[in-house]
Amino acid sequence: MYFLAAEGGESTHNPIIPLWQEVVVGTVAFAVLCFVLMKFVFPRMEQTFQARVDAIEGGIKRAEAAQAEANQLLEQYRAQLAEARTDAAKIRDDARADAEGIRQDVLAKAREESDRIIQAGKDQLAAERATIVRELRSEVGAIAVDLASKIVGESLADEARRKGTVDRFLSGLESTGAR
Amino acid sequence: MFGQANVLAAGQAAFPPTVEDFYLPSILPWGAHESYWFTKITAMVWIAVGVLIIFFLASYRNPQLVPTKKQWFAESIYGFVRNNIAVDMIGHAGVRFAPYFTTLFCFVLLTNAFAIIPFFQISPNSHIAFPAILAIISYVLFNYIGIRQHGFVKYFKNSLIPPAPWYILPLLIPIELFSTFIVRPFSLAVRLFANMFAGHMLLLVFTLGGFAMLSANAWLAPVSVLSWVMTIALTFLEFLVIVLQAYVFTVLTASYVQGALAEEH
Repeated sequence: MYFLAAEGGESTHNPIIPLWQEVVVGTVAFAVLCFVLMKFVFPRMEQTFQARVDAIEGGIKRAEAAQAEANQLLEQYRAQLAEARTDAAKIRDDARADAEGIRQDVLAKAREESDRIIQAGKDQLAAERATIVRELRSEVGAIAVDLASKIVGESLADEARRKGTVDRFLSGLESTGAR
Repeated sequence: MFGQANVLAAGQAAFPPTVEDFYLPSILPWGAHESYWFTKITAMVWIAVGVLIIFFLASYRNPQLVPTKKQWFAESIYGFVRNNIAVDMIGHAGVRFAPYFTTLFCFVLLTNAFAIIPFFQISPNSHIAFPAILAIISYVLFNYIGIRQHGFVKYFKNSLIPPAPWYILPLLIPIELFSTFIVRPFSLAVRLFANMFAGHMLLLVFTLGGFAMLSANAWLAPVSVLSWVMTIALTFLEFLVIVLQAYVFTVLTASYVQGALAEEH
């Protein structure tokens, strides 16, 4: 090159002065490059990036929604379970209270019944006793009067009846026995 | 390359390499020296544009939500510029600039990479025309964004008047004007151009130097080999520069846009 240039006797080049032909070529070439890449390639890349971001974010959003739904269901089940437990406890308590009430009722009734039966027995006994006492009293009076009549030798029956001696005696006897 | 090939074929090493080694004869018409429409440099620019368009269109012809390997690779490039440059520098508003930044990054990266790809072996960015175009686009972009965001007056007030005591402003305003509106496009363009130019020059020096020493004296052969080993090492360095400069160009453009969008100075 050096020799060729020297032989050709050409003017030397100054490297800091641009060649206008190269400026034109470079401008056109770079403009073509810019036009094609900036119109057909990089905007599409940007779109792809956006689509990718959307896809990933959409996936995350879907997962989050599913998670939220699962959490909500879990919460719901827990609430239901707790409610069921409370209900069961309440039912148990109620049943216990009912049972206690029934027991009390039955006991009261039984006690009442037994009292009644005892009372009836007592009444009957008292009545029988009174009957027996009454019968005994008349018999004892008659026997005693008979005995006394035999001993005294005369009938005291009318006398005794008239004056209530036997009754008085028996009353005194009773009160003594009772004491 | 053709020049070097001629030189190497002739068995004579032109040493040291000169600026003229960057201006190869044109391809159409073949071998002409003052025709610049279709040279190796412009052909590489078209190849870069074609490769990028074909790669991105092919890998994004049928985008899937779950990407294929090719689609994933294309998306990683865009995602890198979008998230690590546009959004990091500008914030959420940076997303709308991500397509341009990615185009810029890919173009600069691939044209830079030609510096070390066999048979290309020179970067179009070692001709200042291409970095200059990109720098002018960045310049127009950040000024346009700033004016649209704040309105003409407020934008220039924001850019030119720093929050400083009034008596220092006569000094600061010219500095701001100079640094923001005059130096920025030049520094952008020259940084990229000079890196690629110097990289190519370094590789030329070590490659041609090896031939020069070999042809000068056969006893210097071991040093020639060392020189070529250095070429390989420098190619790795060049790879680092290629990636770094593509990144820096994009980051600085993003930073200028961020500055234009910012409310405060």
